[in-house]
Amino acid sequence: MDNTNLKLIANEIRKGIVTAVHSAGAGHPGGSLSSADILTFLYFEEMKRIDPKDPRNPERDRFVLSKGHAAPVLYATLAEKGFFPKEDLLTLRKIDSYLQGHPDMNKVPGVDMSTGSLGQGFSTAVGMALAGKMDQKDYRVYALLGDGEIQEGQIWEASMFAGHRKLDNLVAILDYNGLQIDGKTSDVCDPNPVDKKFEAFNFHVIYADAHDFDSLRAAFEEARKTKGMPSAIIAKSTKGKGVSFMENNAGWHGKAPNDEEYKQAMAELEMEK
Amino acid sequence: MKIDLSGNTKIATRDSYGNALVEIGKEHPELVVLDADLAGATKTGVFKKAFPERHIDCGIAEADMMGIAAGLACCGKIPFASTFAMFAAGRAYEQVRNSIAHSELNVKVAATHAGITVGEDGATHQCLEDIALMRVIPGMTVLSPADDVEAKAAIWAAFEYEGPVYIRLGRLAVPVIYDPQEYKFEIGKGVLLKEGTDLTIIATGVEVYESLVAAQRLEEEGISAEVINIHTIKPLDQELIAASVSKTGKAVTVEEHSLIGGLYGAVCETLAQCCPAKVLGIGIHDCFGHSGAAKKLLQEYQLDAEGIYKQIKGWL
Repeated sequence: MDNTNLKLIANEIRKGIVTAVHSAGAGHPGGSLSSADILTFLYFEEMKRIDPKDPRNPERDRFVLSKGHAAPVLYATLAEKGFFPKEDLLTLRKIDSYLQGHPDMNKVPGVDMSTGSLGQGFSTAVGMALAGKMDQKDYRVYALLGDGEIQEGQIWEASMFAGHRKLDNLVAILDYNGLQIDGKTSDVCDPNPVDKKFEAFNFHVIYADAHDFDSLRAAFEEARKTKGMPSAIIAKSTKGKGVSFMENNAGWHGKAPNDEEYKQAMAELEMEK
Repeated sequence: MKIDLSGNTKIATRDSYGNALVEIGKEHPELVVLDADLAGATKTGVFKKAFPERHIDCGIAEADMMGIAAGLACCGKIPFASTFAMFAAGRAYEQVRNSIAHSELNVKVAATHAGITVGEDGATHQCLEDIALMRVIPGMTVLSPADDVEAKAAIWAAFEYEGPVYIRLGRLAVPVIYDPQEYKFEIGKGVLLKEGTDLTIIATGVEVYESLVAAQRLEEEGISAEVINIHTIKPLDQELIAASVSKTGKAVTVEEHSLIGGLYGAVCETLAQCCPAKVLGIGIHDCFGHSGAAKKLLQEYQLDAEGIYKQIKGWL
């Protein structure tokens, strides 16, 4: 898909995120907006083996949102792809909705793994990649990790195993926005240097701009060509990307916009068109 | 039903586990076995020898092992994740809860070295809380077999059952009481081992044999004890327990587990609902264990036949 169309889709997904979180009155817009372009690229270009009409096909590519609190970006992307109606985004987090605060694989078509408790999703992605290798299947497995999330020790247990097993059908994408709930990751408990860490765990490390589709395209292509080891794409992103007052502000990690803020955010995203 | 109380043949249920895995592995390519650097102790080593490509050693990383098992289950495998009860139910509790049970994935958690009979390794390795931790998780089936025959049958049943299962297994070699030709295992169905009229002894795991021997001694003194083996802690066979206790009027539970939240807790919850009765809990009284030979520890905590007999006599 050409970049112009990808940008249009990403903008729609951003509007979906803001609308869903505003409607819910709660949720996580910051880390959802930072990864909107990554999910756009994955679902509209990179993951060819997915079909909204057949979400459980055993041959499909798989995506695990290990940073499960970014559920709004996953829901908005799945809706945009046609897994379920876009208007359902308005039911996010509501009592009778299937769109839970964190993704539930048994409730939402297209969600490959229930996540939310940080650190756990990545291990399940590793298990999926291992199954693919054992069965000599061609599908690929993608996991999106938060740069705060990688403070969880389980991430490194999973990384050690993935590197050891040479799971080259696995791609970890780090949403490297530098912020977590309590502030800057480098102030809270610095996960850096992230590249050296993944390298030390026998990953092939690739750098990308999380908001540049050419950069993402090159990164995922390099990952596909990398044999004998898993890849980690360190995707430098801006938390809250696309909504001026949310950008680079940890305060928007887990807060919904009020009506006024919602109008402003939507107006900015409309202008992007 | 034929019950052998001679104690002539003794097998640890962890050995039954390894052997059952090999049997299942021969027929079912979807079976995969995970371990966390304890294949020698959990006895998955015998499966590894038979099917090396389907044995996955995750290293000393139990939390990750549970996640990998969940991921494998997402892709059609039937994983048995194996480690000591302390690390399966304890360390990896949240992974079992969130990655496996909440996701409703078909993962079996096989936990060996449960209870005080771990012996010499002492308190850090003697998990006395796993039944409580696992049975409180929605949708989790909890099995606690008594001997080799029942353990093998339980492993097969867990394999054939669709959904998460926790299986509590032991390190200590325990008497084989069942006849493998005759014994039928069904998840959720307790086994009436001995009929009686004065009280109902409800036991699980290694305590089933000890309870049967204790009941024999009581019988010699004119006290008629009914003995029920509860190999499925969850779902609990409420019908069997209620029918027996409404007949005898008294219940005794026996387990090598904390009385808080274990079999005692589960039975009391049931009886409180359907037929209130006095219940004596025989188990671990809110304390940690310590090092020592398993047999000596069973004696010390009054969990051998003698201790069970004495506690019941004192209570009646």
